[in-house]
Amino acid sequence: MERITIDPVTRLEGHGKIEIFLDPDGEVANAYFQIPELRGFERFCVGRPVEEMPTLTNRICGVCPEAHHMASAKAADAVYHVDPPRTAKLLRELLYSAFYVTDHTTHFYALGGPDFIVGPDAPPAERNILGVLAKVGMEVGGQVIQARKQGHNVIEMIGGRKIHPATAVPGGMTHGITEEQRAEIERIGRWSIEFAQFSLGIFDKMVLGNDAYKEMILSDGYTHRTYYMGLVDPNNKGNFYDGRVSIMSPDGERVGTYAPAEYRDWIAEHVEPWTYLKFPYLKKVGWKGLVDGADSGVYCATPLSRLNVAEGMATPLAQAAYERFYDTLAPKPESGGKRLVHHRLATHWARLIELLYAAEHMVELATDPEITSPNIRTVPTEKPTEGVGTVEAPRGTLTHHYWTDERGVLTAVNLLVGTTNNYAPMAMSIKKAAQSLIHKGVVVHQGLLNRVEMAFRLYDPCFGCATHSFPGEMPLQVAIRNSDGEVIEVLSQNC
Amino acid sequence: MSPTAGSTGGANATKPKLAIFGAASCGGCDVAIVNIHEHIVDVANAFEIVLWPTVMDGKYSDIETMADGEITITLVSGSMRTDETVHLSKLLRRKSKFMVAFGSCASEGCIPGLANLSSRKQIIDTAFSTTSTDNPDGIRPIWECEVPEGILHLPEFEPVLRTLDQVVEVDYTIPGCPPESNQIWAALEAVVKALNGTGPLPPKGSVLGAGDSTVCDECARKRDVKKINRFVRIQQVAGFDPEICLLEQGLPCNGPATRNGCGALCPAVSAPCIGCYGAAEGVIDYGARLMSAYASVVEATTPEEIDKVLDGIPDPVGQFYRFSLANSLLRSGRSAWQNDGE
Repeated sequence: MERITIDPVTRLEGHGKIEIFLDPDGEVANAYFQIPELRGFERFCVGRPVEEMPTLTNRICGVCPEAHHMASAKAADAVYHVDPPRTAKLLRELLYSAFYVTDHTTHFYALGGPDFIVGPDAPPAERNILGVLAKVGMEVGGQVIQARKQGHNVIEMIGGRKIHPATAVPGGMTHGITEEQRAEIERIGRWSIEFAQFSLGIFDKMVLGNDAYKEMILSDGYTHRTYYMGLVDPNNKGNFYDGRVSIMSPDGERVGTYAPAEYRDWIAEHVEPWTYLKFPYLKKVGWKGLVDGADSGVYCATPLSRLNVAEGMATPLAQAAYERFYDTLAPKPESGGKRLVHHRLATHWARLIELLYAAEHMVELATDPEITSPNIRTVPTEKPTEGVGTVEAPRGTLTHHYWTDERGVLTAVNLLVGTTNNYAPMAMSIKKAAQSLIHKGVVVHQGLLNRVEMAFRLYDPCFGCATHSFPGEMPLQVAIRNSDGEVIEVLSQNC
Repeated sequence: MSPTAGSTGGANATKPKLAIFGAASCGGCDVAIVNIHEHIVDVANAFEIVLWPTVMDGKYSDIETMADGEITITLVSGSMRTDETVHLSKLLRRKSKFMVAFGSCASEGCIPGLANLSSRKQIIDTAFSTTSTDNPDGIRPIWECEVPEGILHLPEFEPVLRTLDQVVEVDYTIPGCPPESNQIWAALEAVVKALNGTGPLPPKGSVLGAGDSTVCDECARKRDVKKINRFVRIQQVAGFDPEICLLEQGLPCNGPATRNGCGALCPAVSAPCIGCYGAAEGVIDYGARLMSAYASVVEATTPEEIDKVLDGIPDPVGQFYRFSLANSLLRSGRSAWQNDGE
């Protein structure tokens, strides 16, 4: 049997590997997407004091430590049955909004942007941030650096450090902000609103204004009808820091909305022996393998998913952008339910709408009269037991679940990490790309590489939250093997 | 461009080669390097970057065909967790003049080094039998797995997590989890100057991008000689006096044993130093130093008083070896884990 190996992040880095097997007719028999890494946090966090978890679990991911810091602090609050003061929650959410601005900016300009702005057919060597800047103007590069710098400065003001923040503890925060810091954060928030609108303008002009790109977004090759997951507030508007988890069916019916502590009634993780990563799926629907549709428990948790599960955005400018998104891509519902967008490339657009929401929300939080209040801690009085904390990480719904003894020392830990939610959808996108571009043993070389690369990028994968590919091109290598396992051809780009 | 960049400019062929490699890591070290912001341009001008997989394209096959010692300097972040990362670290060592353990994982194992308290089997069993895992057949990852279409390979999870210097010879260390970006730039600038001949080459074994004292030395909090009769856990009190040493207020702070260089950022926001910059200059075993520092502030004589003190440190191994277990003296016990009955 012929065999094709694709190393998306390179074999030796070892963070993702694809094996495609062909049948005797040269058609795709199967595609395997392997995650070859494990570090074992669920084991070695046992025995640690629960108040350390927000800093220990930061080290799961240096790209989104803020997400782990917040999910962990919320789980630790729950372990102690303590409700932090309002100001503490506002500060956590303010830090988190600044993080979203930074993270989504990095993704759009450095990772996702090149596919559209430079163009999927451009030579690989130009499809990077420098290519983006050549198209939109070098001065934008300065703004991207400024957005990242300012975002990290806000994270340091509230969290103490730019990477791996230190201030969220059970019951609240260790540290508040001064009026001077508040004013600076408000200024950065207002700047970020303008920057987000400018970025949406670029998307409008360069992507939506181009019929070929629009056609690509709407094409079947990048479409999957799965369930969707995301956090919503009491009005069913999307929220990153808090709320209930909502599930939308592929037909636009709300299947249910649950409190994070009930996650085990809704989600289970399927195991395969050929990868270190598990495949989460909707328990009530069941694991049917890597397939689309309402009968398959596969779901997706991304910016696109969060828009699909929400009735709208909680801030005015983002709400207008949200309406435009659906009016453009899903003018009417497919079957009487909520209008949904199943076109996975639209995730890039959804990410920019979230960028705008995060910036608007930053200003709302920074201008809240209580944000500088010194009341930032509630000392727990109840015996610690068990707790769940959930936030929306940029790459999907993130859940920490802790059990402790009566001293607050961990006895068990369960983690459902952002990117993991999308393991099955990603594997499906890869198989779909392979099936449409490999026929009778003939591989459309550059096309396959591009398709796999673009299918990956829209999810912004961050495997096991272990390592993250940014901001540049993804090196891809494809080895085609004959039935004896000998390499008969190697294709590559960016490596 | 800056004078630094100009002075080392010229054709690629004359530039020293730089490789940046992440083994088992969280990616925070890479983000910290990107966060030197504009200075990234200076780095790109001063070096020919031959490998930095998380940020730009690089060709591993080029590394394999390079002459030994052809790469001037390689920064390795992350720990040695699978046979693949060990293999690549050895390859890069052979091809590099200077090998740098970059960040806590590479230099001392970091938080994931706490995995060495468990056997490989326990770690894998836990991950594949959590409360939400649907695994009635008890499936575990198989390093050579037969599927209907052929064989799939996974890198082997090693019995213990190792630091870079437990696998290859290391020339320099840049500590921190992650190293602070201003310190990264300071260290790289020093290297550039040394390569230019405008500065001294740091002696082999040097710690770069950090101080030679302790976090306490750069902490703004006031320290007396006050003794304490109990430790408190951070959630047990509503807050701390912003002016006074956290340890003297009873919070177990790792400042006295930890190398300075971070700017004492955590104590400044009323969070204890957790020790991410590793052992202070001259300290052989981090935990032993911290224990003696704590002993010097504790006042307890009766068994009851001693118990009360110990209650404040519910996880001694984590408190004293949070970042440094993998390269601590304790790791002499690691052979006990190497055959875990699989």
